Amino acid sequence: MKIPYYPGCTLNTFAKGFDSSARQSAQTLGFELSELKQWNCCGAAFPLTPDNVMGLTAPAKVLANASKDGAEVMTLCSVCYNVLKRTNKVIRDHRERRRVINGFIEEDYDGSLSVIHYLEVLRDKIGFDKVTAAVKRPLKGVKTACYYGCMLLRPFEDMGIDKAEAPVIFEDLMKSLGAEPVEFPNKIECCGAHLAMNNEDVVTRLSGNVMKSAVGMGADIIVTSCPLCQYNLEKSQARVEAETPGYKGVPIVYFTQLLGYALGQDVEGLGFGESKWDARELLKGKVTA
Amino acid sequence: MPRIGVFVCQCGNNIAATVDTKKVAGEMSKLPGVVYTCDYKFMCSSPGQEMLRNAIKDNKLDSIIVSACSPHMHEKTFRKAAEAAGLNPYKCEITNIREQCSWVHHDSTKKAGTIKSIDLTRMTIERLKKNKPLKKIKIPVKKRGLVIGGGIAGIQAALDMADGGIEVVLVEKEPSIGGNMARLSETFPTMDCSQCILTPKMVEAELHENITLYTYSEIVKVEGYIGNFRVQIRKKARYVNEDLCTGCGECIEKCPFKTESAFEMGLAKRKVIYTPFPQSVPNIPVRDAPNCPKIQKDKCGACALVCGPKCIDFKQVDKIVTEEFGAIVVATGYQLMPNERFGEYGYGRIKDVINGMQFERLASSSGPTGGEIRRPSDGRVPQSVVFIQCVGSRDEKKGVSYCSKVCCMYTAKHTMLYSHKVHGGQSYVFYMDIRSGGKRYEEFVRRAIERDGAMYLRGRVSRVYEKDGKVVVQGADTLSGSQVEIEADMVVLATAIVSRDGADSLAQKLGIGCDKYKFYNEYHPKLRPVETVTAGIFLAGTCMGPMDIPDSVAQGSAAASKALALFSASEMTREPITALVNKTTCNACWDCVIACPYSAIEKDGVKNRQGTVVRRLAKVNDGVCQGCGVCVAACRSKSIDLAGYTDEQVFAAINAF
Ligand SMILES: Cc1cc2nc3c(=O)[nH]c(=O)nc-3n(C[C@H](O)[C@H](O)[C@H](O)COP(=O)(O)OP(=O)(O)OC[C@H]3O[C@@H](n4cnc5c(N)ncnc54)[C@H](O)[C@@H]3O)c2cc1C
Ligand code: SF4
Ligand code: SF4
Repeated sequence: MKIPYYPGCTLNTFAKGFDSSARQSAQTLGFELSELKQWNCCGAAFPLTPDNVMGLTAPAKVLANASKDGAEVMTLCSVCYNVLKRTNKVIRDHRERRRVINGFIEEDYDGSLSVIHYLEVLRDKIGFDKVTAAVKRPLKGVKTACYYGCMLLRPFEDMGIDKAEAPVIFEDLMKSLGAEPVEFPNKIECCGAHLAMNNEDVVTRLSGNVMKSAVGMGADIIVTSCPLCQYNLEKSQARVEAETPGYKGVPIVYFTQLLGYALGQDVEGLGFGESKWDARELLKGKVTA
Repeated sequence: MPRIGVFVCQCGNNIAATVDTKKVAGEMSKLPGVVYTCDYKFMCSSPGQEMLRNAIKDNKLDSIIVSACSPHMHEKTFRKAAEAAGLNPYKCEITNIREQCSWVHHDSTKKAGTIKSIDLTRMTIERLKKNKPLKKIKIPVKKRGLVIGGGIAGIQAALDMADGGIEVVLVEKEPSIGGNMARLSETFPTMDCSQCILTPKMVEAELHENITLYTYSEIVKVEGYIGNFRVQIRKKARYVNEDLCTGCGECIEKCPFKTESAFEMGLAKRKVIYTPFPQSVPNIPVRDAPNCPKIQKDKCGACALVCGPKCIDFKQVDKIVTEEFGAIVVATGYQLMPNERFGEYGYGRIKDVINGMQFERLASSSGPTGGEIRRPSDGRVPQSVVFIQCVGSRDEKKGVSYCSKVCCMYTAKHTMLYSHKVHGGQSYVFYMDIRSGGKRYEEFVRRAIERDGAMYLRGRVSRVYEKDGKVVVQGADTLSGSQVEIEADMVVLATAIVSRDGADSLAQKLGIGCDKYKFYNEYHPKLRPVETVTAGIFLAGTCMGPMDIPDSVAQGSAAASKALALFSASEMTREPITALVNKTTCNACWDCVIACPYSAIEKDGVKNRQGTVVRRLAKVNDGVCQGCGVCVAACRSKSIDLAGYTDEQVFAAINAF
């Protein structure tokens, strides 16, 4: 099975490990990520005013190109997923805006693509039971905090991947790998997002709340599907550690990295970056196989 | 030649200011057939009516026109006056020269208004010339009432009708009557025990000589019209012979299998053969067939062994009965919005997050904990409880836009019950506003706050999660402008009151309307609050929207009194403005049958002497026909006319313009 794949800029640069671990895991599970022939940046933010059509042109171009490669397009980055899925809906549902957008990008795209996430492929096309069957190194005893953030789930009437207020898709995946997901209250809270650029204090506070609540509930490791969350959490963790008595940092990784590890891939190929909180050590210590 | 009289009203200055009424009368007197005309200040006044009566007699008029206000106002008045003077009331017609003429003209020279009044009156004269005398339709009334739904509203309606001497059938879909009120512990604002005030009424309904209870039953089909409904009712198999059962309860006692109790809302289990609660009426057990091993795989059968009167019947099947009624009261009540929709509050995931009705069961002395407040997860007595109001109510995005009306009150009640039962326990209430309109209601809420120490926090809750055996509630206190986090032992959600599943399909069977939330529509929200657009069908209680017990009971009585008024005569009269089929030209295309919004047209046949149908044709049921005229427009062979509004009359009026 070949699935048209939109990596997005971050996975091509900053989050290479997310990309490579996803591709390898796909192979093990019997499907292939076939990168779109032509793609550009998704714009990285969905415009919040309905008349900002300009902000929709970049993702529209991605979608228009993707529609030439197949009936669906899959992404990994939560932000890309959010922007593409919502833009697609606008193009599909609003005739007038569709006309203006197509005019700008010189395409004739109607919104018929279905925009899906890697997690959905695992859940709906492969099946978590099949994933379990393929596991070589069960993540027994690894207490994972599944951090959804905002972009994957909200607004829920547009995203629809899972219940916005009580999602389970991440936890279900982690269970299928043998890990023990822990419930923590901040799992769908914001990390601070783009404020990383101009207000580090806010980001540290919000990301800190996420990490403290996860670790407080006993998590060994935090998994995410968003490069921005990963960046914000990782970057804030040193300060949180310094300022919070008793807080000890944990690795913050992409879910595909744990997936790849459980499926038995070589640890070094999974793109765990250099980090003070190294997932490899944790996994080595916990998982013996 | 007809002898027509024309009476032009000035309506004080309402008409006379822009219409020269004398001139209108004068012009009309020139028309052939018009033998009498006059104008007068107030035709509807007593002297005006007397003048009209005398003019009819003195001039031997055979038909009259009153050019005055809208027929909605005084058509009845003038037709009565005409009848008193010996005319057929349908030989009296009204020309509307006020709402549709004088009021829309401002010209003080009266030119336009007068010309228009002359035109309108002339048209009516030509129309009137074709009027045929009509007779009021009399339809017999079956003096039996049907009440659908045996909650407090339905019970009250049934009792009132029965006390009025009318035979009543009360159909309830559950094994017992009582409805939601049977679940409540104590009731605001007087704090009397719900069971104590409800069960006497349930028993009275059971024992009343004029009431027949059909519990565990449902409506299959409703046909007919006011005074003459034919209703099919399915009596579902109880697998227990109702006539023999003494209600001893041996079978329940000995039944070895348990399953979730719907009545206790997941807080307790019940046997597979069961009554929903100890005071059930009737006290006859029902078998939950899908969960009964005897029915499913022919195992067990313990109940049959212990039943003294041998009334266990594993072969019983549903029975359908057809009965006739003159009026129907619908009182099918409400249910709570499924809380699973609110993931942020953890309902369904966190055991100690419950809804208001579950709290009622915990507080009820007949409930699963015997009236002690114990939390579902570990049975401990919670030392702090957070109540969250408006869960789903007033929330267009995720729930419903309306206010559920009773939750502010029952939440205050819950805090009181809690503080009375758990001394030293602290309750917190997150609210949007406190809505306590009602007699002694505001005082009740103040008491909860001031005497019983409930802590009211104005704001919404963003998240509820579990931590170390506690339920942590994060929310905002908008009065102090701060974020609050409360580590509670239990959380109670005041979930929105919504219509019953299946409310819309019942509405379809009955031919009544419902709003977008599937609450039934009253005829007029202020002036006809318990009637529906379908004559003879009345509404009571929460099937119309959220309300409390006093309102539900008042409506039950109101609906009953409407039905009793209908039953007060053995026949009822109806306006004869109904569709008429021309039997010679109808070619049985059935377009009218499809077109009629009231299903008033039947496919009929003409039989020869041998009784075989030789021709098919449409037949209008006078009792159902509302005279809307849709069929007249639909009929391609022009075989249907509307009495009082025949094509001949309408074209005569148009041609006179
Ligand atoms: C938690 C909570 C606490 C409350 N506390 C109070 C209080 O303290 N004081 C107060 O005044 N009010 C209180 N109320 C409101 C009160 O419950 C209602 O006002 C009252 O029960 C409404 O009665 P009803 O007869 O209209 O509806 P219901 O009680 O819902 O009865 C409807 C009946 O119709 C039956 N039925 C439904 N559909 C069909 C069908 N198709 N065919 C046959 N039968 C059918 C149902 O089984 C049910 O028996 C409370 C409400 C809640 C949710
Ligand atoms: S044992 Fe028989 S008589 Fe007694 S309650 Fe059960 S069915 Fe009725
Ligand atoms: S009654 Fe009170 S709690 Fe219930 S919806 Fe209305 S305002 Fe909210």
